[in-house]
Amino acid sequence: MGAIATLASAAMVLAACSSSGSKSGATQGALTASAPGITATTITIGSHQPLTGPAAPGYSEIAPASNAYFQYVNAHGGIFGRKIVYKYLDDGYNPTNTSTVVHQLVLNDHVYAIFNGLGTPTHQAVVQYLNSQQVPDVFVASGCSCWNNTSSYPDTFGWQLNYIREGKILGSYVEQHFKGKKIGYFYQNDEFGLDGVKGLDMVIPKSQVVSRQTYVPTNPKIGPAVAALKAAGAQVIVSFSIPAFTALLKLTSLGLNYNPMLVVSSVGTDPITLDGLLNTYAKKTGSFGKSLSNGIITDGYLPSVGDMSNPWIALFEKIHNKYDAKAPFDGNVLYGMSAAYTFVEAMFKAGRNPTRADLINAINAGLPQGVAVAPYAYSATDHDGITGAYIGMIKNGVLVPLGHVLTTKTSPGGAVTAINAPQPAPPASGIPSS
Amino acid sequence: MTLLKHAAAAVAVAIIIGLLTFRLDGYRDYQIAEVAAYVVAVAGLTILIGLSGQISVGNGAFMAIGAYTTALLQLHAGWLDHLHITGTWQITVILIASLLVAAVGGAAFGLAAARLRGPYLAGATLMLAVAIPVSVADKYAGVFGGDQGLGVTITTPSVLGPAFSPTRWLAWLTCAAALIVLIALANLSRSRVGRSWRALRDDEVAASLAGLNVARLQVLGFAISAACAGVGGGLLAIVSSIVSPGAYTLTLSIGLLTAAVIGGLGSIVGAVWGSALLVLVPSYLMNVAGSHGGKLFGLSSGSSPFVPIAAYGVVLIAVMLLFPTGIQGGVRRLFGPAVPRAAEPFGLLRRRGPASEHQEEGTI
Repeated sequence: MGAIATLASAAMVLAACSSSGSKSGATQGALTASAPGITATTITIGSHQPLTGPAAPGYSEIAPASNAYFQYVNAHGGIFGRKIVYKYLDDGYNPTNTSTVVHQLVLNDHVYAIFNGLGTPTHQAVVQYLNSQQVPDVFVASGCSCWNNTSSYPDTFGWQLNYIREGKILGSYVEQHFKGKKIGYFYQNDEFGLDGVKGLDMVIPKSQVVSRQTYVPTNPKIGPAVAALKAAGAQVIVSFSIPAFTALLKLTSLGLNYNPMLVVSSVGTDPITLDGLLNTYAKKTGSFGKSLSNGIITDGYLPSVGDMSNPWIALFEKIHNKYDAKAPFDGNVLYGMSAAYTFVEAMFKAGRNPTRADLINAINAGLPQGVAVAPYAYSATDHDGITGAYIGMIKNGVLVPLGHVLTTKTSPGGAVTAINAPQPAPPASGIPSS
Repeated sequence: MTLLKHAAAAVAVAIIIGLLTFRLDGYRDYQIAEVAAYVVAVAGLTILIGLSGQISVGNGAFMAIGAYTTALLQLHAGWLDHLHITGTWQITVILIASLLVAAVGGAAFGLAAARLRGPYLAGATLMLAVAIPVSVADKYAGVFGGDQGLGVTITTPSVLGPAFSPTRWLAWLTCAAALIVLIALANLSRSRVGRSWRALRDDEVAASLAGLNVARLQVLGFAISAACAGVGGGLLAIVSSIVSPGAYTLTLSIGLLTAAVIGGLGSIVGAVWGSALLVLVPSYLMNVAGSHGGKLFGLSSGSSPFVPIAAYGVVLIAVMLLFPTGIQGGVRRLFGPAVPRAAEPFGLLRRRGPASEHQEEGTI
């Protein structure tokens, strides 16, 4: 009887040992080719980016900035020793090209994941394909709320503050600070503008909105739209526009001797990009320096590039100067590096020899806040990314925050509330730990 | 007899492609599908220019018409489901509808265009290419989805089993459609209509004196070339799973024209060469650029995205210098028997037509 008990307990100890043995194997054993795109020494990921075409100014800086951060990680031990190979191909912001290059990345280059694919219309061309092939489609570079659809697109994750949330946060500022003023909307006639306006309308009373004007990115003649806003007597214009059209809006209204308060989505207000565009467009009438963007109210879901006291900005500027010095250190570069940081964080959580499903599960389990000013929404049922932003004003080419970080839900009922907790600092190494 | 010969050739090609898709990886299958979609459009254009002697810089617009027809019909496919037309049959019906809609569009435009010649005709078609896709899609964003466009989905038939590669199915579907169109065009080219087109291409006055209805033949040419572009657009929509105005810009129309010229005007086999170059050269160069970390020939990452476009231009110039009658013309000269006069599209024009007219054809 005693012998049997001893044997049984010995067997249990053995079993325990062997299971803990396999566990330690998972953290220290050999690096294997655990998934497509993963070898013993590399992780290959891909992306589609507008390196040429209408969206290239500004946005073409994003992928090289991400790559700079990956090079930094590679030079400091990589991800469990593997180096990241980031292959980003140009789609010229043309959805048909997006389809071609993404098929090439998945079928020919056998990438592990598509990371930070840029653009709403472009990425919509491939989201179904990527999910049908169960290729992780992480941190799409677009704030469309459409990426958060866990039933149809279980392998797709948004990243930046989505446009509905952004609309609500900007709307709550307008509603509080411009009570009784006449408000006009100016927005891009696609998911970007429509989602933004959806958010605005959840907060700003409809009776206060005197005019709603749209534009399409292919037609820069926005004179009639601005004239209509002026005729309606709008004292505040809330704009969901890309940088080029924010600049056009500012210059066209100046030309009409019309000087409303501008409240613009973060998409269209990176001060460095905007000042560059304003001075280019205004050349005929003289250079304005940084004065034209002064006073524009916007929001930020990443720390302000001008805030050198922020440890994240200090870290990324250091990496930028070493690996990506040719580009200006602006909002686009910060965006690319921040998304890359988030990817590295998710890869460490996915484990030493991850399958594609491991990455999805790791993000579904939630990610720490990191570089964003508000937490991520990630869970098994929510694939939205950053959930909040602060309101800020552009002063002399720098975004200066006004008050607390605000957060809200995408649903109409969710109130806009302040977050008081300070942003956590980056790890000393600049690389998220495993 | 000709039909039989063409059909036999097509079956042989189909078998080769079918076997090839099993040997090649998924991405090559996808590229085959892309080439097949373009071949249909380019073949229609090469017939228009090479046989009927009319030029079009606007066939991208007809591709857009076909593509949007495909997407809209699939979006509102309820009535087809009611008729129990589903799966591949549904796609077939939709593609035929795209063909018809584009053909009507082409005929309507052809009615106006039949009055124009040379650069004036090119200018009118250019307007079509610039105006149609972007402005119409944005104006009626509710119907056409604006800049975002419309999605198109395709499912692999369950008969082939769940493990069957979706891109292989895509290659089969597009190649089947392309072969059918090419057989039809090859027969048309040998038929009375084809001969009449050649006659009016070479000398309109003589053709009309011989009793040919010049205007009707020219409109027919436009309708058929537009119909091909419509099918090609529908196929491209299926291949890229989206239709958006950004894909049907002037660049596409010019691309089709260069593909037809590179391949050899009037030659259907040439259309295949031209389309293959149109798809493969940029993708190959982008790959080379990508494997050098985005830097090609020591260029900065800012300018290397333009290298594929520049290289395509270089290929175009090289082909035109080496083979003035296009790749297929070169192949015939190198390997084939002595060139029959009719196979050289502008040969007769060169001898008989006024010098200025030749100049116009050459510069476009």
